[in-house]
Amino acid sequence: MSFMKQHIRALLLWEIVEGMALTFSYMFRKRVTINYPYEKGPLSPRFRGEHALRRYANGEERCIACKLCEAICPAQAITIEAEPRDDGSRRTTRYDIDMTKCIYCGYCQEACPVDAIVEGPNFEFATESREELYYDKAKLLANGERWEREIAANIVADAPYR
Amino acid sequence: MPTLTIDGQEITVEANTTVLQAAEELGIEIPRFCYHDRLSIAGNCRMCLVEMERAPKPVASCAMPVGEGMVIHTNSPVAEKARKGAMEFLLINHPLDCPICDQGGECDLQDQAVAYGKGDSRFTEHKLSVKDKYLGPLIATSMTRCITCTRCVRFATEIAGVEEIGATFRGEETEIGTYVEEALTSELSGNLADVCPVGALTHRAYAYSSRPWELIKTESVDVHDAVGSNIRIDCRGAEIMRILPRLHEGINEEWLSDRSRYASDGLALQRLDQPYVRVDGKLTPASWETAFAAIKTKLDGLGDDAGGRIAAIAGDMADVEAMLALKELFTALGSTNLDCRQDGAKIEGRHRGGYIFNSSIAGIEDADALLLVGCNPRTEATLVNARIRKRWSAGGFPVGVIGGVDGPGTDLTYKYDYLGAGPATLAEVADGSNAFAKVLADAERPMIIVGSGALARDDGAAVLDLARKAAESTGMIAAEWNGFNVLQRAASRVGGLDLGFLPGEGGRDVAGIVAGAGKGEIDLLWLLGADEIDMATLGKAFVVYQGHHGDAGAHRADVILPGAAYTEKDATWVNTEGRVQHGRRAAYPPGDAREDWTILRAFSAVMGQPLAYDNLAQLRDHMVEVVPGLGVIDEVGPGEMGSFGMPGDLGADGFESPINDYYMANAICRASAVMAECSRLYTGAGGTGEATGTDG
Repeated sequence: MSFMKQHIRALLLWEIVEGMALTFSYMFRKRVTINYPYEKGPLSPRFRGEHALRRYANGEERCIACKLCEAICPAQAITIEAEPRDDGSRRTTRYDIDMTKCIYCGYCQEACPVDAIVEGPNFEFATESREELYYDKAKLLANGERWEREIAANIVADAPYR
Repeated sequence: MPTLTIDGQEITVEANTTVLQAAEELGIEIPRFCYHDRLSIAGNCRMCLVEMERAPKPVASCAMPVGEGMVIHTNSPVAEKARKGAMEFLLINHPLDCPICDQGGECDLQDQAVAYGKGDSRFTEHKLSVKDKYLGPLIATSMTRCITCTRCVRFATEIAGVEEIGATFRGEETEIGTYVEEALTSELSGNLADVCPVGALTHRAYAYSSRPWELIKTESVDVHDAVGSNIRIDCRGAEIMRILPRLHEGINEEWLSDRSRYASDGLALQRLDQPYVRVDGKLTPASWETAFAAIKTKLDGLGDDAGGRIAAIAGDMADVEAMLALKELFTALGSTNLDCRQDGAKIEGRHRGGYIFNSSIAGIEDADALLLVGCNPRTEATLVNARIRKRWSAGGFPVGVIGGVDGPGTDLTYKYDYLGAGPATLAEVADGSNAFAKVLADAERPMIIVGSGALARDDGAAVLDLARKAAESTGMIAAEWNGFNVLQRAASRVGGLDLGFLPGEGGRDVAGIVAGAGKGEIDLLWLLGADEIDMATLGKAFVVYQGHHGDAGAHRADVILPGAAYTEKDATWVNTEGRVQHGRRAAYPPGDAREDWTILRAFSAVMGQPLAYDNLAQLRDHMVEVVPGLGVIDEVGPGEMGSFGMPGDLGADGFESPINDYYMANAICRASAVMAECSRLYTGAGGTGEATGTDG
């Protein structure tokens, strides 16, 4: 009997009908795809995207060249050189991140005592050449200026859990 | 010999030790800030509190002498609570600026706060802040970080012998500083930053430049003077960031003089990084082949009696390997015009007792009377001076001085009797007519230190002979004590004399070579890092300068062969005690520069008389064959005395110390910006007077 049933189902392409029915049922459900890049999915405040160096509200750069991010970086992607600035404060003369080495673990952000280096919400920084991914201090500070509002909001949102 | 119990372990120690020292002997660690092995006990940080049974409250173990039957607990709840309290108090006014502090990562306070601290503070009031003090161009201060342990005060007063730092005000308002806003007048000031357990005193030259975990540490020896201080060279990548002392009880204990420490920035400046050849009166960059060819052409042009027309002088920082290679190269070329005594000192190489520091530096502590002849140890060998001061501080150590200093007013950091200025006074000591001769004769272990100021003069050999006579007439040379010492000031000197880098039969000494060059009798002069001779008097001689800095020698040179500085080669030096030590390479020489012996080896092949070694191991083996003593590393003992010196007419002039500017004594110092600033500040001049072209 089961032999007969199996053959009839095969003859009527029943599996295909079932599959098409499932596919068809999605016509009436809520859409999950988005029209990227015109639409974007939600991001956690803890999302670890492109790096940025932040400044204080008065324009002073936050980074004090303590080199803790450089020390903790497991991929050794960060290179820092420092010297006393004219006013005697400790500042970096060079702050490079090799984004091709970076593994986006977020340890640099965790190590930073002054919230200077952060991984912002931006993930759209693909480039056409590797060289463009060797970020220097100017690029990182520019990132900080561009993304400051989002980064500050993320830090506030995550603060209760720290 | 009391017996006490610490943490359940019994130990018997000397009566005058403290509980902390006894615990250290047992290997029990007690945290401390103000206590330091080599300084007096202050007992003011309270970090070393321990519990003592039958005592009403915890005791400071660093200041508590041991007693019979004491029972100490270093980790009981009482001791732990006391330590946490002490740490909380220390941190009340200490800023939380570890990320910008240069001490961060190697800070006693940081480490001990983690290991013994409470983890939080109950102090919510405002922290005190203290104005930074000026301690000179070498030490950066951040006095808010100071925990008033007074280590720096005790170091300056006891070891450096300059009573210029102290504590003012009381209680919470105590501040450490110089009483008057003035730079410290000590050649040991760099050690202040080393003894400081926090980041209050740091090295100004090293400010904010790197972190301790980035540094690659190489253990080496110093060549700025003939003391041979043990150092640690800290490199970040190829750059030398700082030089720190390394513990060696026999030489520098744990201190280092400022020149050895802070001239390191000169290693990156004014460097010779490629060969040069003088074409039409102008030095032009060249390849090694061209440079060698130029020398070969000159040598070939000299004809058959070339040997007598060429000469070589070794400079003050040359290593033994390079001197051996140069000596053998010149021997192969038939020349005996060799000299390593750049300053013209009248010392011979025959008997080691006649040119080394026989008593050894540590032996100064066993001596009980001292005669300094024509030397200013403070500038010539700062750490020998520190050792003399250490012995003098212990009491019962009369010091007599003959010349070498500017006069009776010169501060050597200890009291001394100024006997006179010149050889006449030394003669009085030798024949016993001077009152100090009796002091020396009555002493059990008297010693004499003869400096290069007494020997680098025309009557040097006669002075050496006279000093020997003075030593013998006052009983300095006995079976188990040799108090006759020559204080060299060039790191290469003892090694050069050991090797016999001296004029051979019919050869010329330094004065002869320079005079010969001026008269046209010397056609080719090879300078191995020799910058201290008068280049203007070399006449038309063809000068080959092999060295690492563009100093006086390089300016006069016709061919420049770029060599390696002391931090860039594995090499051997022999210090003034005759102690053989290996320096190690911390960085590579810049550009085309090469290690000195390899340059000489390569040139010997160009000349068709290749030296018999192709690598350092072979060279070292050969070196030990030639001079067996060079194979004995880091050992000292009195040299054999034999006969040295030459009785002769004595000059009437007083002895003068050859170093008139401590901070400008060699090519590395003259290239260093830090040393230039010190020189301006401390001597009021920009160097030894005449500009060499490397100034500023």
